[in-house]
Order: sequence, then C-alpha cells, then structure tokens
Amino acid sequence: MAEVLSPLPGLVATIHVKSGDIVSSGDPVVTLQSMKMEIPITAESDGTIAEVLVSEGDEIDTGALIARIS
Amino acid sequence: MSDSGADPLFRKILIANRGEIAVRIARTLREMAIPSVAVYSDADAGAPHIEAADEAFHLGPAPPAQSYLNQERLFAIAREAGVDAIHPGYGFLAENAGFARRCAAEGLVFIGPTAETIDAMGSKIAARRAAKAAGMPIVPGTEEPLSDAAEIGSVADRLGYPVAIKAAAGGGGYGMRVVNGPEDIAATLEGVRRDASRAFGDTTVYVEKFFSPAPRHIEMQVLGDRFGNVVHLGERECSLQRRFQKIVEETPSPAVSPELRARMGAAAVALARHVGYQSTGTVECLVTDDGEFSFLEMNTRLQVEHPVTEEVTGIDLVREMVRIAAGLPLSVPTEGIAPRGHAIEARLYAEDPARSFMPSPGQITRLDIPAIPNLRVDSGARAGTNVTVYYDPLLAKIIAWGENRATAIQTMRDALDATVIEGVKTNLPFLTRIFGSDDFRTGRIHTRYVDEHLPEIMASG
Repeated sequence: MAEVLSPLPGLVATIHVKSGDIVSSGDPVVTLQSMKMEIPITAESDGTIAEVLVSEGDEIDTGALIARIS
Repeated sequence: MSDSGADPLFRKILIANRGEIAVRIARTLREMAIPSVAVYSDADAGAPHIEAADEAFHLGPAPPAQSYLNQERLFAIAREAGVDAIHPGYGFLAENAGFARRCAAEGLVFIGPTAETIDAMGSKIAARRAAKAAGMPIVPGTEEPLSDAAEIGSVADRLGYPVAIKAAAGGGGYGMRVVNGPEDIAATLEGVRRDASRAFGDTTVYVEKFFSPAPRHIEMQVLGDRFGNVVHLGERECSLQRRFQKIVEETPSPAVSPELRARMGAAAVALARHVGYQSTGTVECLVTDDGEFSFLEMNTRLQVEHPVTEEVTGIDLVREMVRIAAGLPLSVPTEGIAPRGHAIEARLYAEDPARSFMPSPGQITRLDIPAIPNLRVDSGARAGTNVTVYYDPLLAKIIAWGENRATAIQTMRDALDATVIEGVKTNLPFLTRIFGSDDFRTGRIHTRYVDEHLPEIMASG
C-alpha cells in the first residue's frame, strides 16, 4: 500500500480520483492551491486508489495523508 | 480643493487590500493628510498593514471570497467608517469593473480607471483590438475568438509554431498554454478551456504567436487624468520571471535605446488616449531580439513593480492616482520626466527555490532587511507574521537606487547579503545568486531565462 502525502501546506482545490480508480505513476491525484499557485500532487506508483482521505476545500499540512494506493 | 493645504482631497479612504501594498498606500495617504481605513481577515490579525492605517476593520474568515473579495462586507465597512473613496491596490478587486461600478452606485470614488476602461482591457481580445486601433503593433495572432481545434490549427499554420492558446478573460500568464505542433492542439485547447472555465467562468480563447527565442517583457507606465492629459513615465524591464511571475524589475531597461523608448512611449500614450485612460496604468509589451515591440496586455491598476518608476522620476504614483480620482489634473508635465539614475526591485517571496519554488507558508521568526542609503523596502511582513496559504507569497519588495545600473546592483547586493529571514523559506538565495551573475550584470535576461537556467543559477555562488 503506497501513501500519497502532501509535500506542502495548502488547500485541496480539486480531487482527480475516487476509490477504485486505476492510476499510473505520475497521474494527478489532487490539485492543491497554496499562495495562489496550483500544485498537482501525483501518484508515485501504479495501482488502484484504495481510499481518498481529503475533501475539496480542506486545508492540509505538510505530510498530510491524501490517498492510499494499493 | 488642494492636496497640500488644510483641505484634503477626500474625507477618508478605505484600502481594500493587505500586505505590502496596503502599507504603501497608507503611507502616501498619511503624507496627503487623508485618514485611511485598513481591512483585515482572520489570517491577517496583527498584520503590519493594520497599524499603517488610522483605523482598521475586521473583514471575516481568511479565504479571499470571505474577506478581501467580499464586496458586501467592504461596502458595509465603508459606510460604517464614513469613507468617500476606496483604493483597491493590486490583485483582489483592482481590475473588477463590477466593483468599480458598485463603488459609484454606493456614492464612493473608486481610485482607479473607469469601469468602462477596466472592461475594455479586461477582455484580452478587446484589448488587442484597441491596441491595433490605436496604431500599436500587437503580438501576431487573432483578434476574434476561436471556436475549435481546426480553426486554431489553421491560424497556427499561418503564424508558425509554437503558438499560445490564451483565455480571453485571462492575463498575466494565467489561462494560457503553449502548443508546439498540430498534434497537441486538441488536448491543449481542452486544458485552457478547463482552467478558464474554473478561474474566470468564460471559455473564450484566442491564439498568439509564442515568440522563440524568448522575448523580453518590457512595460510602459502611463498616467492619464480626466482632462485628457496622458503621459508616460518610461519603461520597466520585467523579463526576469518564472512561470509568468515577475521576480526582478528595473528601469531603465538595459535593452531599450532612447529611440525605442520614444516609440514605445508614444504607442502606449496613444493606446491610453484611445481608451480614455484616467489613472495609473501599464502597457505590457514583448520586445524581440530585433528590437521590435508588440502589445501584450494592459494592466488597469497600480502595478506591483511601480516603485522603480517612482525612484527614478520622483513621482508618487499613489498620490497621482488619488489626485486624478479627485478630479485634479496630472502634476506631471505633459512632456514627461527624464529619469534620474537607475532603480531595481527584487521581490522577496515565501517560496523555496531548493524545491522548485514551492510555496513555503509558516511563521516568520526573524526578518531583518538593512536600512542602507538608496534602499527602499516596501514590506508587509515582519517577525511574528504568519504567512498563510490563502494569499500570494510576496513578503516584501526591496528597491535599490543608484546613479547608474552598476551602483544600483551593488546596493541591492549589499542589502541582500545583510538580509536575514528565519521561519519560512524564501527566494533570498536565488536573488543573491541572480544579482551576482554575469548574465544579470550584462543584462542578458529574457522571459524564459530563469526556467532555462535554474539549476546552474542555484549551483552558483
């Protein structure tokens, strides 16, 4: 099980995946908004989205668990 | 009415902004003996811009929609505080024609151009048409919206690749993507439309030539009043940018000859006249290797980098805006002002250059920028300031003046060397390296310089 962690604090602007989606390494999982910048957070491994743990509009910190990929 | 006697131009002015620009506007209002009102969100409680003004009112929660963009709340504060004018600063509501109209409906003076002008320049397609009608060269491309990939393909064939697909409602690099070949058009168009729909609620697009090799970004400062007087105050070289975000600006530009300045100035004045421009405004141009310029867009507001113009002309642009809004004529001679010396601005951002300039929010624990001769610091932060994810990452602008470019650079280097910031990561190490580089010293900078040279810049020094 791989974890998608937030590399920086930000607001969850868009969630691109849902449980059960098949993703490849490099696919965007969520887009974070921080200081007027949009930062795509991508999957670092191939797999299936097991769980998305954030909602659009959430304010998250560095290291926050965004999703699990199995 | 006068702006120097016992009779101020306005009873009281609300500054609908935050950070360094709110502090900077409050300073001029104080000099003009006009009481000022600051506003602040939950995230900005205790911020320097609150103390800079004479009064302060709480807006609401941190997200811009609930605070600095919340027109209901701003007008309620304006009524409660008894202001008769609003200065929007830059960003937020500065280029919102609806806000300017509503100010008028509420009996308040919007300190900026007319709503009609904001509208006219807000659509980048309309702005291109206006520039062309005023006789200004424009970046080759379309002056009509394009509807599909096939249409874009035929325009791109005519212009030659690469081309940029741009949202008509965008600007400043937002809502634009570059296409390198016909096979990329469909996906790129879809991407631009998706961004534009989300950001602006308008999916209209047009196409422009994307200059290669990279051009310079050079802009002209214009000033117009209600009597039809229009002047330009010279150019600002803004080529040092990353992802269309400016980092360093200077005037004069090392790439602009007196002859080019005269031509660009005349074109910018003609455009401002054509649209009946009444305030401070900026005509942005791209300048290619052959020394030709073309219109990019017009920013109908006070520009972030306005201080470099102020430092070489001695003109306070905020004061001019307030005077113009009060119905006074320009205090600048119509033939303009010969610049004195050279000024450079460096933007200090809460971004981590070691991690591809990722935003770096947090609490500033130490911020020391030295006070040295010929240095101006426009800051909206200090030790204790909490830098949040909600607003742009600009902490302060460091502006160095010198008799010539070399002395201005030296003053900037002295200032940056003595600057200490702790608690958040900033682009200070990047700035230090840029000002120490041969490429900057010799003025060999273009709009894609940072993107192309970032690793070697960060490895230097």
